Amino acid sequence: MSSTELSDTSVNDSVTVTLTVNGKRYTRTVEPRMLLSDFLRHELGLTGTHVGCEHGVCGACTVQMDGQPARSCLTFAVQAQPHAISTVEGLAPARGQLHPLQEAFRECHGLQCGYCTPGILMTMQAFLAAHPDPDEAQIRHALSGNLCRCTGYQHIVDAVALAAKNARAAKGGAA
Amino acid sequence: MSTRYFGEPVKRNEDARLLTGAALFVDDVELTGMLHAAFLRSPYAHARILSIDSTAAKQRPGVIAIYTAEDLGAYWQPGPLLVPPPPVAGITFNQRCQVPLAKDVVRHVGEPLVLVIAESRYIAEDAVNDIVVDWDPLPVAADLEAAARPDAPRVHDDVPGNVAAWVRQTNGDYATASRGAHLTIKRRFTYDHGCSQPMETRGVVAQWDNKADKLTIWDTTQAPVAIRNGMAAMLKLSERQVRVIAPFIGGGFGPKIMMFYPEEVLVPWVAMQLDTPVKWIEDRAEHFVATTHERGQIHDAEMALDKDGKIIGVKDVFLHDTGAYDPYGLTVPLNSQCTLLGPYVVPHYDSTFTAVFTNKTLVTPYRGAGRQHGVFVMERLLDIAARELGITPAEIRRRNFIAPDAFPYNHKIIYQDFTELTYDSGNYAPILDQVLKTIDYERFIKEEQPRLRAAGKCVGIAVVCYVEGTGIGPYEGAKVQVQASGKVSVVTGIGTQGQGHYTSFAQIVADATGVDVTDVEVVTGDTDQFYWGAGTFASRGAVVAGNAIGQAAGIVRQKILSTAAEHFECAETDLVIENGKVSLAGVPDHSITLGELARQANPMRGAVAPGTEPGLEATSYFGPTMGATASGAHAMIIEVDPETMMIEIKRYAVAHDCGVVINPLIVEGQVQGGVAQGIGNAFFEQLVYSEEGQLLNASLADYLLPTALDVPRMEMTHTVTPSPLNPLGIKGVGEAGAIPVGPLYAQAIEDALQLHKIKVELLDIPLSPSRLWELTRAGKLE
Amino acid sequence: MKPAPFRYAAAESLEHALALKARYGEEARFLAGGQSLIPAMNFRLAQPAVLIDINPLLELNFISAGTDGLRIGARTRYATVEHSAEVDTLQPLLAEVLPNIAHPQIRNRGTLCGNLAHADPASELPAVMLASGARMHARSASGERWIAASDFFINLFETALRADEMLVEIELPPLPPRTGTCFMELARRQGDYAMMGVAVQVTLDAGGKCTLASIALCNAGPTPMAAPAAAQVLVGNSLDSKVIAAAAAQAQSEVSPNGNVHATADYQRHLAGVLTRRALATAGARALQKVPA
Repeated sequence: MSSTELSDTSVNDSVTVTLTVNGKRYTRTVEPRMLLSDFLRHELGLTGTHVGCEHGVCGACTVQMDGQPARSCLTFAVQAQPHAISTVEGLAPARGQLHPLQEAFRECHGLQCGYCTPGILMTMQAFLAAHPDPDEAQIRHALSGNLCRCTGYQHIVDAVALAAKNARAAKGGAA
Repeated sequence: MSTRYFGEPVKRNEDARLLTGAALFVDDVELTGMLHAAFLRSPYAHARILSIDSTAAKQRPGVIAIYTAEDLGAYWQPGPLLVPPPPVAGITFNQRCQVPLAKDVVRHVGEPLVLVIAESRYIAEDAVNDIVVDWDPLPVAADLEAAARPDAPRVHDDVPGNVAAWVRQTNGDYATASRGAHLTIKRRFTYDHGCSQPMETRGVVAQWDNKADKLTIWDTTQAPVAIRNGMAAMLKLSERQVRVIAPFIGGGFGPKIMMFYPEEVLVPWVAMQLDTPVKWIEDRAEHFVATTHERGQIHDAEMALDKDGKIIGVKDVFLHDTGAYDPYGLTVPLNSQCTLLGPYVVPHYDSTFTAVFTNKTLVTPYRGAGRQHGVFVMERLLDIAARELGITPAEIRRRNFIAPDAFPYNHKIIYQDFTELTYDSGNYAPILDQVLKTIDYERFIKEEQPRLRAAGKCVGIAVVCYVEGTGIGPYEGAKVQVQASGKVSVVTGIGTQGQGHYTSFAQIVADATGVDVTDVEVVTGDTDQFYWGAGTFASRGAVVAGNAIGQAAGIVRQKILSTAAEHFECAETDLVIENGKVSLAGVPDHSITLGELARQANPMRGAVAPGTEPGLEATSYFGPTMGATASGAHAMIIEVDPETMMIEIKRYAVAHDCGVVINPLIVEGQVQGGVAQGIGNAFFEQLVYSEEGQLLNASLADYLLPTALDVPRMEMTHTVTPSPLNPLGIKGVGEAGAIPVGPLYAQAIEDALQLHKIKVELLDIPLSPSRLWELTRAGKLE
Repeated sequence: MKPAPFRYAAAESLEHALALKARYGEEARFLAGGQSLIPAMNFRLAQPAVLIDINPLLELNFISAGTDGLRIGARTRYATVEHSAEVDTLQPLLAEVLPNIAHPQIRNRGTLCGNLAHADPASELPAVMLASGARMHARSASGERWIAASDFFINLFETALRADEMLVEIELPPLPPRTGTCFMELARRQGDYAMMGVAVQVTLDAGGKCTLASIALCNAGPTPMAAPAAAQVLVGNSLDSKVIAAAAAQAQSEVSPNGNVHATADYQRHLAGVLTRRALATAGARALQKVPA
């Protein structure tokens, strides 16, 4: 296809984005530059995902794309379309209940101001799914892409270890 | 009264909301028709504004309004002085406060000069980039020492020498007493405390309801009541027309109590001007220049000692970088001046500081609030003296501790609360012993270290001590009320930024009123719910608000008893309050729920007796005359790679005394978080400025906050020396962890690398592998 | 920190993507993972007028091993490469560097080719490409060419790619027998850009003497830096500690780092020596394991 035959309709300053978030479909028309973090928070009102830096370092904005943690501040909403997006709002099984990982955080005082917490939950839920029996060093390594300024991480590590232990016990394995 | 909850590691009431992403933070506020703000901020550290051309910006679709200083008219005024100068004789103080938008001149990178209001933050930022400013750059006073020289460029034209303040405080007569000293140590120390970097940046949302004649402001502030009072005054509204809500806040640490930030002053005003809600959320790049720092001091310090290593006196002359404006007065350098004394007897003290204006972001308290700087100087002087005298670091400290029977101990100099610096209580030797025991200090020195050194490992150990003044006044208040539902509500004027107030305060009330801790609903940070208060800062929330709550809860308990006694026609002593019910002792079936009792206390008919009030409710205030002094000791074992100077923390121990503990989990969390910030301060974080006052590392990629791999597991022990200053006996704990980490690193690294052998001393914070390599290569070259 | 406005095109095919790039030239950038581009755009350091999203081009999502080497397509994310058994076996140097690059959240989206086209000399991957002797496949609407890694990195954030070209895949040559590799870096925190990083590859003969060597460093200058003179010190010798020390000293003298907020230039230079020495020791030991006793 030569550039003279090329239609300009493929290059747009507005895009219609359809996203599946926590199993529900949403459609909005936005500028292509709209970041996924802003789309989730302000177009969809899912404010559980927080924004800390908008340059991919702090991890507060971490969501899952097809179950894999990713920085929503480093993704344009339009790029997220082929993927199933999971945010913290989708973790708990129902209103008034907590996901076992959330429960473990509460048990261990794994949060103080709570701002970094959703990003950490989405990161560690995926980590534990892939590594059900981590040691402390592995947990800290997996956590190292999420900054927390309040806790000093110790209780977060405890919470993740407890969640792993509970999950193994629930499966009937060794605690 | 049961103590079912007080002192227990109760799980937090607020966690479910936070964990499910259901908690409201300021940027979560969405209002119909809400517009968005962005600021054009100065790219220069010091420059004259010759002209501002917003024509292109105004024409951009989606841009609603643009404001410069001129457009503010009479509303434009410098901010108030938050903390007046202390009542110290001979003091110099030059008040120069920040302005809402720069007029004629900018004095630091990031100072705002134009406000843009647009339909989205995206468009607002586009418009900011459309604005053309004609600048006349001026000479910059960036470096602290350079700014203090008489020929330095003036940050404020009418302040010669950039002297924001000069303060000298003395106790005894150092000059005379030190003449007979066996040993005098004299060194120059520099300490830079970086900036707070909470995970949530600042933000303000304002909504003016023209019909209801009411203004609502959501603000990430640590002092909602003060914001309410100040904004009402500035906007010429009644305080009753203004509601300030500090909802869930993503970390405060001090800079979120600075008032009044330009954005706090402007967003509500614009919302009223445009009769439309307006939101401003600070992005991280802005945060580096627009939110206050704590930064650095240079100390020329001297300690005189006798042959046993007992301090005769300390003399210290230091420079303090206060940034371009000084609305927060002298809190930070005063804290440095006072907290230098630590847990030690210092018979003679002569301390002078000059606070210096620089063309950089404002300096206001950040977790530790200047204590770090003083503690570093004292702890390093002791370490250097110890080495000269052949005493161990632990021993020299032990010999200088204030004795446990010497309290209250008055140092006679003026503290940040303008009273004489007096420690209310303390017992320091057991804390030192505890931390040494936890880290197996003796065994490490005698067995492990020699063995590891023989194997070629560079391992070191260190121990440092500190005190922390907490729980200062003026006061806080609280209202406790049993509701018709049987739940108990607590409201107080302070806000919460992660300290667990929804739980610790609930514990106090649950014990007093006999309900489950999850049935106590705590409201903080809403000025419509509680009218009076100062704020969450200086490690005072639990102490001051906690005690007000304790008092109010006690009064409510009394009302429960007297109301129930009337209801059962018995004596109060026959009653038991438990599980949300009042019953006759021994006859649990003969009971009434608290909710029913509350309804009875609020009659729809009949009369309320004179001198009594309806309901089961009480409001109480607590105003301590002075602060309660917490204390602690930290110890650390490290290994240093001598080729790369990378450090691995092998063990970290904290022994802490914050008096009576409400919730040990929360206390642990506060200390651990503080230590993490201390580690960042000591070894990772540094604000790097060019000579032109440009911040070279204004991103989280280059300003290094510690991660989970950089902060060790901490072994914590706790001692209780109750404060006699408040009924609950508690002391604050918010800042403790952060205070002594700098000198701990210095001592540990000197030990690990045996730096005394190459005559290298670590006198500056922050350190880093590169800095250590540069320092030690110089030592080797000698 | 919102990016400036741009127009967006989702590539319908490789030809479509290349045609758009030919039309818009320097005004357009390709968007793959965006993990280097989007932060730059959020800071408004990059303000492309047009973004051509190549994520739909699934045909460029591949790792394929052939006799000429291992090829990785432009749409292949770090995470895919990290979890590839083929990469582990055939390209251990690449496998070793990947966990050092940022964090899993970044690696779940970012692509190798995107990183290489971005050409940040502080980045680890360009140095690995140099040490491995990789080559880059560039295509445009009017043709294609292969560019050796040693010709690919021109300057800070500048590659040999022309305004109308796209980096569509890279090829890493097969490891010769008896080859050991090692990547080592020193960063302030896990996942940060390295203050200094070294990638080495050494090949031994049946007698354990070095026949081939390559050393490349990151953050040692405006581009990833090969250290051929240092590598030459090794050739013909057994890799004992004396030879390695000499090579390391040579590498240290060849680098010209700029220094930055985390490290002085002298400290970086010092690290270049230390890390080269340590990496060569490890690579040498790994190679020796493959030499029959």
